[in-house]
Amino acid sequence: MLELLSWTMLLLPLCSAAVIQLLLREMADTAIRISVGSVAATFVIALLLLESEDRTLTVQWANAGSFHIEIGLIIDDLSRGMMIVVTGVGLLVHLFSLAYMKEDEARGRYFAGLSIFMFSMTGIVLASNFIMMFIFWELVGFSSYLLIGHWFQKDSAAEAAKKAFLVNRIGDFGFMIGILMLWGILGTFAFREMAGSATVLVDSNSTLTGIAVLLVFCGALGKSAQVPLHVWLPDAMEGPTPVSALIHAATMVAAGVYMLFRLQFSAGIEIFEGFAGTTIAWVGGITSLLAALMATQQDDIKRVLAYSTLSQLGYMVMAVGLAGDHSGEAGMFHLYTHAWFKALLFLGSGAVIYACHHEQNIWKMGGLFQRMRKTTITFAIGTAALMAIYPLSGFWSKEQILEAAHHDQPVLFWLAIIVATLTPFYMTRLFIVAFLGKSRGHGAQEAKEVPPIMLYPLFALSCMSVIAGFTPVAEKLSPAFHHPSHSFSPTNPVFLISLAALLIGISSGILLYRGRDSDPLAGNRLFKVFRNKFYFDEAYLVLVRVFQNAVAVVVHFLDDFVIGNLIVGGLVRSASGVGNLFRKLQSGNLQGYAFLFGAGIILIIYLTVFAR
Amino acid sequence: MASLQEYLFISGLLFAIGLAGVLIRRNIIVIFMCLELMLSAANLTLVAFSRFNTGENGLPDYNGQVLVFFIITVAAAEVAVGLAIIVALYRARQTVDVKDLTSMRG
Amino acid sequence: MPVFFYAFAAISIVGAIALVCFRNPVSSAISMVGSFVGLAALFIGLNAYFVGIIQILVYAGAIMVLFLFIIMLLDLKAPSTFKRSSPMVIVGGLIIPFTFVIQLSAVLPEVRGGNPQALPLEEAAKGFYDKDRDPDKQSEIYNSLRQKSLPDVNLVGLTLFGHKGDNASIRTPGYNFPLQITGVLLLVATVGVVALSLKKKKSKSGGSES
Repeated sequence: MLELLSWTMLLLPLCSAAVIQLLLREMADTAIRISVGSVAATFVIALLLLESEDRTLTVQWANAGSFHIEIGLIIDDLSRGMMIVVTGVGLLVHLFSLAYMKEDEARGRYFAGLSIFMFSMTGIVLASNFIMMFIFWELVGFSSYLLIGHWFQKDSAAEAAKKAFLVNRIGDFGFMIGILMLWGILGTFAFREMAGSATVLVDSNSTLTGIAVLLVFCGALGKSAQVPLHVWLPDAMEGPTPVSALIHAATMVAAGVYMLFRLQFSAGIEIFEGFAGTTIAWVGGITSLLAALMATQQDDIKRVLAYSTLSQLGYMVMAVGLAGDHSGEAGMFHLYTHAWFKALLFLGSGAVIYACHHEQNIWKMGGLFQRMRKTTITFAIGTAALMAIYPLSGFWSKEQILEAAHHDQPVLFWLAIIVATLTPFYMTRLFIVAFLGKSRGHGAQEAKEVPPIMLYPLFALSCMSVIAGFTPVAEKLSPAFHHPSHSFSPTNPVFLISLAALLIGISSGILLYRGRDSDPLAGNRLFKVFRNKFYFDEAYLVLVRVFQNAVAVVVHFLDDFVIGNLIVGGLVRSASGVGNLFRKLQSGNLQGYAFLFGAGIILIIYLTVFAR
Repeated sequence: MASLQEYLFISGLLFAIGLAGVLIRRNIIVIFMCLELMLSAANLTLVAFSRFNTGENGLPDYNGQVLVFFIITVAAAEVAVGLAIIVALYRARQTVDVKDLTSMRG
Repeated sequence: MPVFFYAFAAISIVGAIALVCFRNPVSSAISMVGSFVGLAALFIGLNAYFVGIIQILVYAGAIMVLFLFIIMLLDLKAPSTFKRSSPMVIVGGLIIPFTFVIQLSAVLPEVRGGNPQALPLEEAAKGFYDKDRDPDKQSEIYNSLRQKSLPDVNLVGLTLFGHKGDNASIRTPGYNFPLQITGVLLLVATVGVVALSLKKKKSKSGGSES
């Protein structure tokens, strides 16, 4: 039964995608029904599986000597919780999309894409070994490409899809090498066989293991959009907003964190000790700080949320990289809570955008609270959860991360506190500018409440945003949940510091942005840097250009001189040279022939008679 | 009676002179004559071996002479055909000089 | 001191050199006759009377006439058309034969001398004695050998066609089939010559490719 359910959970979305893609592209409504049905079914299965025991189901795929590749599903605490997040958010996003994409011409293609995504994400979560995970990893990248580029008629969307794909490929290349290195070190791809092997290996070969882990982390760097490969995520907001909610906020970008934690979970925490873990934690911390700074100056509502996602992902990566006692579990806990409230925020922003006739600039919104009260309230709940206001879900998970950072890396703790100040700041800015005050744009003035089919997912998500953090709920649903070592107390210094950060952030946000029509910080040179995303894209452009030019010069040299002149030209020259030589011989000159003939005879006589 | 070596040497000398003629001369008819000379030189070798390589009964090995007989026959046919070709060639080109017969641009 | 050998060897060599050196093809042809006559004399000196006669008949006779005929036909006797070969060609044309002669001289001392004695004709006759026949009616070969003359033509014929019975001490594979083929070859040559000589419609390139 368990077996059947698990395989169904994996394959149902694939079947749905295939059926839609092959048969039903023109019959959009049937396609949508199939897609939503399949995701609903997988969600039910995920719920059913919550009570099952830990199992690993495997099928041998390829054997070569001692080298085995299997296809398998791993059912344990981690994957069960992750499946709830994936299918739960997935289901709600599907429902939301019903309304959001109602007028889209290519609804069938869109839902097929969503189904492929659900399939690949399920594959990542349930993968029992690295090879399978890598395959689904790529599939996720592919479906993300499809969905970002859904409106491929828009140049920016096509560009963004390409960018996401390429940037991810960079990370995936490292990931692949890392997988192979880990295979060389641990001798297996399967997660369940890794257990306990790390302790021995790290002692004997720590540098190599560290490098392998860092290479594997490269994959997470791409998928979870960590600095310096974060550039694709904000651009990915070109896709439909529900896609942003599902893929680029709740699930896919969390896959990197999930994969890192899966490795940590299977091979033992020791594998992250040493420079590898430190590097990962620092990359996470720096990402969260930079992204938070960039988020303060974005005008596009989705981009603010995108950078905030980056920032929160940085938190998670940092937590996993800390490799302290249960810091990884804290990261996963944050992943779980973040998925709910970030999906809520994205869907909320989607509702707002929908209501404002596809207006995304927050400075042209404003006053939405009067017009779409329900949406605003759900958005407020999401915002509060993201700000980590007690007792919403974000608070609990963030507190766990801060606790872990405080325990293991005080420097990173203070860095995280800065982020914890910035998060409320930019979220306050967003909320005040977009929802309060008076309407500044045409779209905002005509906005009215979104249809119920959009609201229900928002309600469900805000509900989850509120309750997901409480221990009884988290115990059940969160992947690899770990009870905090000490229960929450108001006198905990970590809590006090983060509370102070929260208050500073909120109050400065309110002070700066209340009643403003334009950003007062826009003229500031420092904030201009933030607005321009630290010139990452420009730097990459320069880098790419320089690199490309260098490569071009080398390639041109190779092409022109080595291939063109030496090989091709050389062949030509040698051919024509030999041809000329033989032309001389093939002169038609009888005496020449006779001479050569005689010389040949002389030579043959010499060889057969004298040179023996 | 002269020794086998002397006959072979004379034969070789004739062959070499014929070869030199083939290489040096430009008149295709003379070249052809030199070829015949070379063939005859080879015949001399065969006959000399036939004479000196006596069989059990003390007589020359007539197999060699039969070969010479064949060579002469074939040479006669060759000369006939070759001269016919030369005539045809001369009709076409009005020359028997091999340099002028060369039409390739080597 | 084999005077005749040296004399005829000298004749054939000089004739050959003259063949190469004369500018006039007619003179060359005449020198070739001289050379071939000397060569035929050498054959006869080697007790190969049949071959020697054929050499004279075929080469010095038929072929020689053919050459002269063609030379006359093409009217090539005028020395004014003579063009000397370039020095390079002459040097190259001399080096190769010269190298060949050197190689030959180097090999010759290793050649076993064979039997330079006069042929033991009377002893050889025993091998051709047919016991089944009357002593008066023995074969031509036996009789000739008994009279100390070499029945050269008979022996060549015997070798050529093979023989039946065990009275002949000549080993031969039999050349009947090659002889037939040679006959066909001659026929083909005859036809070919006729075909080549036909003047067909003023074709320019002609039969230069036979």
